[in-house]
Amino acid sequence: MTAGIVGYGAYIPKYRIKAETIARVWGADTRRIVDGLGIQEKSVPGKDEDTATIAVEAARNALARALINPKDLGAIYVGSESHPYAVKPTAGIVGEAIGAGNHYTAADTEFACKAGTAALQMCMGLVQSGMIKYGLAIGADTSQAAPGDALEYSAAAGGAAFIVGSQESEWLAEIKDTCSFTSDTPDFWRRGLSPHPRHAGRFTGEPAYFKHVLQATKAMLDKTHLQPTDFDYAVFHMPNAKFPIAAAAKLGFKPEQYKDGLLVTAIGNTYSGCSPLGLTKVLDKARPGARILVVSYGSGSGSDAFVLEVKPLIEERRGLARRTEDYMKRKTYLEYAQYSKHMEEIH
Amino acid sequence: MFEESAVIRWRKYTDRYRLIGNACKACGETYYPAKEQCPCGGKEFAAQQFSGKGRLLTFTEVKAAPEVFESKTPYVIGIVKLDEGPKVGAQICDANAGDLKIGQRVEAVFRKFYASGETGVLHYGTKFRPVF
Repeated sequence: MTAGIVGYGAYIPKYRIKAETIARVWGADTRRIVDGLGIQEKSVPGKDEDTATIAVEAARNALARALINPKDLGAIYVGSESHPYAVKPTAGIVGEAIGAGNHYTAADTEFACKAGTAALQMCMGLVQSGMIKYGLAIGADTSQAAPGDALEYSAAAGGAAFIVGSQESEWLAEIKDTCSFTSDTPDFWRRGLSPHPRHAGRFTGEPAYFKHVLQATKAMLDKTHLQPTDFDYAVFHMPNAKFPIAAAAKLGFKPEQYKDGLLVTAIGNTYSGCSPLGLTKVLDKARPGARILVVSYGSGSGSDAFVLEVKPLIEERRGLARRTEDYMKRKTYLEYAQYSKHMEEIH
Repeated sequence: MFEESAVIRWRKYTDRYRLIGNACKACGETYYPAKEQCPCGGKEFAAQQFSGKGRLLTFTEVKAAPEVFESKTPYVIGIVKLDEGPKVGAQICDANAGDLKIGQRVEAVFRKFYASGETGVLHYGTKFRPVF
């Protein structure tokens, strides 16, 4: 049994704040921030946007490309660390908004920035086992950062949706294989009633991001008997631009393999939407036969790795919905006070 | 704090979330929200899914808002003429009044309406944004 992507969709809010706008408020050195993180600006949700609304637009774009009846979805999973409710599923809101009927299983997932790729694996399992015909996996976030925290330069908003199916004739891309690497690592967390996450500074690097991304990638390459040179594209989770570029270099991937999916420089880290959005941007461009590696990372910690191969059908379907870059180009810049209002730090 | 019943809004989820109205079986006139009696005398209707595409007929900016929308000011409300015919009063999102023009193309999007206070239900539905 195998699984493939029969539809994919992206969404990024139109609002942006520049790193220099944030740095000015806190008296920080803009050059040092931009050079250090590699993030020029980040996306900010509209005042009427949250993880549910982002998930719905990404899902509608995925349905537009899949050309399936939403009532044929047997599962909807929404991965996020900023679900609108602590208790009440985002997945049900999405199901209602896309007209999925009622005969589907649903749940919200949470694993810091990799809740979306975990949802994708869950859909693969259900589709491959024959339990459902199609599954909808979404990663979306309106990520939070405490005012003045280093995360404020990167915590962004956006999401991506994937419809997974088992019929090879419907695939835009085959998911050839997946594997994960998971541990108990306290690099980043948010307690139940805290409005903002906390993190362990430099500890988020070597023992956290790099260990998990590198180990998951190596396991994936071993399992599939592939080399870095066998891939046309590679997408690594992007908490900033520095980490994925360093991980790619350590693993032997070249800039031409990862540059198309590296959207963190323009929109920031969209958390659960991050590597999934990198994948949508690659799918917007990749030719049939192209091989793609995607490796997510979620603090806490874990990485999910996927090997995909693009199918010919993608050529006639990708134009049926807005491309990731269409959303990246649409932007309105905010001043810091407006940003604070959008993030509900002030009312 | 104004708080509309969560159950009353729940009854409107289908049409609010997905822009579903109805069409008179006698004369074909389409309605959003759905009607139960057509001016032609018809009382039988079929559900009508609207495309969400339309034109902005008129709009205004709200600076002094009802309590539940106070944190969202300024925002734009307008009337959209859907391509299928009906006129819909709705918020126009992702836009400042100064950027909008009467007659421009707009499209339906799913957005948050408001929250019933700090602990109540969140209300979602359809708004319109400029086509880009």
